[in-house]
Amino acid sequence: MDWGALQTILGGVNKHSTSIGKIWLTVLFIFRIMILVVAAERVWGDEQDDFICNTLQPGCKNVCYDHFFPISHIRLWALQLIFVSTPALLVAMHVAYRRHEKKRQFRKGDQKCEYKDIEEIRKQRFHIEGSLWWTYTSSIFFRLVFEAVFMYAFYFMYDGFRMPRLMKCNAWPCPNTVDCFVSRPTEKTVFTIFMIAVSSICILLNVAELCYLVTKFFLRRSKKAGNPKHHPNHENKEETKQNEMNELISDSCQNTVIGFSS
Amino acid sequence: MNWAGLYTVLSGVNRHSTAIGRIWLSVIFIFRIMVLVVAAESVWGDEKSAFTCNTQQPGCNSVCYDHFFPISHIRLWALQLILVTTPALLVAMHVAYQQHQEKKLLVLTGHGDPKHMEEVKKHKMRISGSLWWTYVCSVVFRLLFEAVFMYIFYMLYPGYQMVRLVKCEAYPCPNIVDCFISRPTEKTIFTVFMLVTSSICIVLNMAELVYLVVRACARRGQHNSNPPSGKGSFYGHKLSSEYKQNEINQLLTEQDGSLKDMLRRNPGLQEKGDRCSAC
Repeated sequence: MDWGALQTILGGVNKHSTSIGKIWLTVLFIFRIMILVVAAERVWGDEQDDFICNTLQPGCKNVCYDHFFPISHIRLWALQLIFVSTPALLVAMHVAYRRHEKKRQFRKGDQKCEYKDIEEIRKQRFHIEGSLWWTYTSSIFFRLVFEAVFMYAFYFMYDGFRMPRLMKCNAWPCPNTVDCFVSRPTEKTVFTIFMIAVSSICILLNVAELCYLVTKFFLRRSKKAGNPKHHPNHENKEETKQNEMNELISDSCQNTVIGFSS
Repeated sequence: MNWAGLYTVLSGVNRHSTAIGRIWLSVIFIFRIMVLVVAAESVWGDEKSAFTCNTQQPGCNSVCYDHFFPISHIRLWALQLILVTTPALLVAMHVAYQQHQEKKLLVLTGHGDPKHMEEVKKHKMRISGSLWWTYVCSVVFRLLFEAVFMYIFYMLYPGYQMVRLVKCEAYPCPNIVDCFISRPTEKTIFTVFMLVTSSICIVLNMAELVYLVVRACARRGQHNSNPPSGKGSFYGHKLSSEYKQNEINQLLTEQDGSLKDMLRRNPGLQEKGDRCSAC
């Protein structure tokens, strides 16, 4: 169970996202998870082994390392990515529940059910409206909250986003004050700033998606209030076209994510 | 065989679980197994090499590490996750057995074409009758394993907190020696995280148990007030009662010729109503 498995799980959710949601997912996988796995983990790989203190006192290095790095950047980012990607599963569960209900209707032979085949239900893409809209909006809200909380935790723990070269430590059993040197501080600063920048971009994308959903909701409401009688054939044609376009977009987005190796 | 292999095996069980069971499985895989693999394993990676004692006495380091860490957190968690996820295989085995029985019955009643066989494989089994008991047992075992491991953890590492310094006086260490643990704060954070997710899983299991019991009692009440009308899926509905199971067992153990005679003599065998005993 690793990042590749998470990609498989979330790839399914992609089909029911908005275009901004699909962009967000691509940014998450390529610019955050992939960078974490192929680059950042190597930079932080020797963080404790190469953390050197100017003393021979046994235990001083361990204690000072623990004092300055209560939780490593890599682990914080891993937790952040896991928490930020899981609200999408709420949407997946809701879609699965809707599909289950439609399949039950189909099996009962309900005449209102417009599907010819159970395979069609499995492949169908649901519109983000009604209760699914609320689930989707909540998932975006939770994503935003988790991103903000982790960025704050980062800032709070490491007093800014810069990695200093030298730290002065006077925790027991270190005698008096001891100089401790961090391994690869500049490279770590570069990656920290990169991850913060991408995290901010993801926050902006989430905010934009939230605004888009809310605007679409109000537009739809005002349309319904203004046009109580609508032509079902015309609406079906528009929805069919939208479905086709979305299928095309989702296929092209899938192609950009395919080829990502864990 | 690794965590991915376990994921493949258990995804199949997912289809026949309740909604709470599916949520439990997602929590296990994403918040426990995944966190263990991508984060926790690297925190504990250097636990022995970076365990430093304030002595030059050879052997003291190893002896003190062994004294304070009889079994590493990571290995305990791995064992816990394996034992907690495997009761679901009882359900998988029972479902496979029921599907096998259905397929045999289909063949005997002349519906043995590939389309019907596929339908048997794909349709979701209702959690009723003997499958209900198997499912409930699996949930009880899960709860038991979770509780036992949490207790073992508490006994081995009281308070769930990792301290920075431990004082060791095991032979061959001279007198009392200070030993320093690597990354104690990070280890405490992850221990607390895994503990919290374990508690969430326990709560989910208990909720699932209550849900199953309530559903069983509700169904029983419905059956007592409304005799069954024979609706529902042809296969699952017919096979869910013990009476039907006995008939099927009898059918399956006899020869082909006498089976067909029996079916001919009892045309109403396929149309009899369902009498549920444990649902």
